[in-house]
Amino acid sequence: MEPFLWLLFSAGGVVSALLVPALLFLFGLALPLGWVTPDYTHLSAVLGHPATRVVLLGLCVLALFHWAHRFRYALYDGLQLKHLDRVINLLCYGGALAGSAAAGLLLLT
Amino acid sequence: MADRITLRVTRYRPESDTEPTAQEYDIPLRKEWVVLDGLNHIKDHLDGTLSYRWSCRMGVCGSCGMIVNGEPKLTCATFLKEYAPGPIRIEPLSNFPIVRDLVVDIGDFMRKLPRVKPWLIRSEQERPAKEEHLQLPAEREEYEQFSMCINCMLCYSACPVYALDQDFLGPAAIALAQRYNLDSRDQGSAERMDVLSSADGIWACTFVGECSAVCPKDVDPAGAIQRYKFTAAMDALKTLLLPRGAR
Amino acid sequence: MKVEYTPFHPRWHRPRVPVFWWLRRRSYLLFVLRELSSVFVAWFVVFLLLLVNAVAQGPEDYRRFVDWSATPGLLLLNVVALCFILLHAVTWLFTLSPHAMVVRLRGRRLPPAVIGVGDLVAWMLASALVIFLILG
Repeated sequence: MEPFLWLLFSAGGVVSALLVPALLFLFGLALPLGWVTPDYTHLSAVLGHPATRVVLLGLCVLALFHWAHRFRYALYDGLQLKHLDRVINLLCYGGALAGSAAAGLLLLT
Repeated sequence: MADRITLRVTRYRPESDTEPTAQEYDIPLRKEWVVLDGLNHIKDHLDGTLSYRWSCRMGVCGSCGMIVNGEPKLTCATFLKEYAPGPIRIEPLSNFPIVRDLVVDIGDFMRKLPRVKPWLIRSEQERPAKEEHLQLPAEREEYEQFSMCINCMLCYSACPVYALDQDFLGPAAIALAQRYNLDSRDQGSAERMDVLSSADGIWACTFVGECSAVCPKDVDPAGAIQRYKFTAAMDALKTLLLPRGAR
Repeated sequence: MKVEYTPFHPRWHRPRVPVFWWLRRRSYLLFVLRELSSVFVAWFVVFLLLLVNAVAQGPEDYRRFVDWSATPGLLLLNVVALCFILLHAVTWLFTLSPHAMVVRLRGRRLPPAVIGVGDLVAWMLASALVIFLILG
């Protein structure tokens, strides 16, 4: 199991390193502060496009599994909670699965 | 430059002490002296009861690793003058039980090392070779870096994962396994995989990277572990996706 | 802890690892901060999904979402998140991947620095593509 979780973690690490800085800067800072004012129809066309939706779903799922894996080890080592591994695994990977399902519902329907 | 410096050395005498204590020694500060020369001066002239390990004095034997001002170092390659005016803290390697003073017990590593089979493995069916197994310079380059390990244990001392979980196989053992896995003359990578790709093997590593930072031989165990994670993950993927015959 | 750990030295000393061991060394602290960046990666997913949902609902909802994300609390959260995401991107692209990846060109292994430069180019291209798509 571990190799596959690690592959998801790594893939998530790569895509979130490449894409999230620009996306978060645009939507989290530039947009609310009024540095950029994208046209609503253009934005809704781009974000509503099926190809964008599929790419975003991939980004969300991989990023969530990236979080799950890293956070699990942060709890194991950073707080020395390895003896609670069952609860931690359930919280992390269960959370990532639930989040992925929610993202799928939101993005594909 | 002042001509003297203080070494604050950890002492632990198991027959009388319950906790390690620090003892200060005032020694000459000479520009050509390394920390080990300072310890030898103490042993020869000030206090013959001080215990520590050393042998070659030239960064080859790997026995004089200690914690110098909080950093894992080979004391034969660490100059006193770098730390002037002092005092310099000299402690035994962390993450290993202290036997006495600056001597630690690395038996845990010695028991883990053979589990990764760090030797050339050839197929059982093969007849003994009549001549040596030839290797191109480019093939040697593949593993040369990992063959530089001198088992000095600085990487184990710097590794927080090993500090927290003594079952972790650890940086040097995995790097040494990779030294043979990447050798063109070796056929044993499949035999090593079970031990390496276990929960206490590569998957316990979280790439803190300190093992590579403190390595006096630039072995880069952290790199070896991450590379092996990729190899093991690809292998697991193949096992899952491909039919048995095509592997 | 196993007693048979040191069969020949029944009396050895082994200090316990303190809970906040990662405060004792700069490199350990940086490591823990790097691992915590994953929490902000997860937050970004939530934020992105809320945005996509708001845009899909119509211009009214989109307006409301932008106003909400301009509140001081949320701005602060996103500034902190961006710092952590940048820490993740920089460590991942320039320390982790050059160490972990073996890229060969005409049979020779590329040095880690070259892989780092490759990552930088990929990062710039991906960011440019994102900005181009969104701002049109």
